[in-house]
Amino acid sequence: MKRGGLTREGWIRLAVVVAFVLAFELLCRLGVLPRTVVLPPSEMATSLWHLLETGEFTADIVSTLQDVAIASALSIALGFALGIAIHALPRLRATLEPLLASYYAIPTFMFYPVFIVVFGVSDRAIIAIAVLLSIVAMIASTLTGLDRIPRVLRKTAAIYRMGLARRALLIDLPAAAPHLFTGIKLAFAYAFIGVIASEFILSGQGIGYQIAYAYNNFENRKMYGLMLLVIIVATVANAVLDTIDRRLQSRLRR
Amino acid sequence: MRRLVDFILLLVGIVAAWQILHWIAGDIALTSPLDTVEHLGKLLGTERFWLNVAETARAFVAAALISLIGGVALGVVLGLSRTSAIVSEPILIALYSLPKVTLYPLVLLCFGLGISAKIAFGAMHGLIPVTIFTMKAILQIKPVYWRTAETMRLTPGQMAWHVALPAVIPEVLAGARLGFSLTLLGVLIGEMFASQRGLGFMITSAMGLGDIATIMAVALFLSVFAVSANALLLLLDRTAAR
Repeated sequence: MKRGGLTREGWIRLAVVVAFVLAFELLCRLGVLPRTVVLPPSEMATSLWHLLETGEFTADIVSTLQDVAIASALSIALGFALGIAIHALPRLRATLEPLLASYYAIPTFMFYPVFIVVFGVSDRAIIAIAVLLSIVAMIASTLTGLDRIPRVLRKTAAIYRMGLARRALLIDLPAAAPHLFTGIKLAFAYAFIGVIASEFILSGQGIGYQIAYAYNNFENRKMYGLMLLVIIVATVANAVLDTIDRRLQSRLRR
Repeated sequence: MRRLVDFILLLVGIVAAWQILHWIAGDIALTSPLDTVEHLGKLLGTERFWLNVAETARAFVAAALISLIGGVALGVVLGLSRTSAIVSEPILIALYSLPKVTLYPLVLLCFGLGISAKIAFGAMHGLIPVTIFTMKAILQIKPVYWRTAETMRLTPGQMAWHVALPAVIPEVLAGARLGFSLTLLGVLIGEMFASQRGLGFMITSAMGLGDIATIMAVALFLSVFAVSANALLLLLDRTAAR
């Protein structure tokens, strides 16, 4: 890939997205898509700008981002620790393997009401379900990362007579880093989805809650403004993490 | 044999952890495994439960079929040219990691309250992973297959049907596995937010009543279904890979 500036495919991609947005705008303006259903993108953008300017939803935005940050941090730290522990105990790992393989088939989100009963309608219930959704991705990535450390590196560490701590820090961690980062990326994406979805179904604050609230009150302008905000935040965050991820992955292939 | 022992150990471990959590949290927060199974047994005997199951199943099957057929078709079309695949992959990945719940009001406004909104929402979840997996699989087909197809002067349609499709079956099955579980999640979230029928609706109405036994029983029912369906697809996956 070229550094700085877009590739040919990058330009085409940009053109496709721009064309899509323009077509959408045109269909709305011509009245093919009625205003009661969807607003033209330009109005969504002005509505979002207006919402940010008046600061009407600043508290909700902060609360959502805070929950996402806490949930991702918790699942990354706990998932990493659990991954190391499970990797160190092969017998336990063999037993847990079917659970790890089919975990994401289970609609974990169905357990959100249980957390609501335990914690009440609060940030803690939201963070708990978001951690439950994202932690297994981090555990799985940690396991892959530790599995893929080349044996020659371990041997090199032995030749240098490194202690366990030095080996972990200087050899294992950098060697496993690309896979660990994939785990971090996934954990963040799942945490974001978990937080927004729980706010949407039942909560008292947050962006998801405000979108559901605006929907129930037919406040389309607010609803589409906030929707655009979620799309922008999710896309930008994922694009940044994805770019770093690709850089690290290409280092593996060298 | 060893795998069977491992599996039983895992089940025992899960039930034990559940029981311990039940002792810590108390009866109001988390019903015990035994009570949950008992309650599920009672629910399975009622007609209303099966009406809800049928409603969810109808939406799920329709959404899963749309995801599978649409995803494979879209994946084949995008994967046939390297440029279109490179162009569309980041867009598809961005769509995949978007919290799609935010878009549910849009779906509701387009389709109205009812089963079609649920189907559309489920298909939104399942379509993209199937597309991504199919597209990547098509790109990784050995060039010699293409050259053979060219030598035989196959039309693009024939190429897709006779060469590309058989070569990508294993990856498509992997994508379908992911797509199915996401479709189920999409349908259930749709029912939880705005619906008068289905298992998702059962959970939300139980949540409103603080009826934890029903929530746990329905969640158990869904988990058992999802894990068995996943195991079945994995088995299919393994036979196809051979």
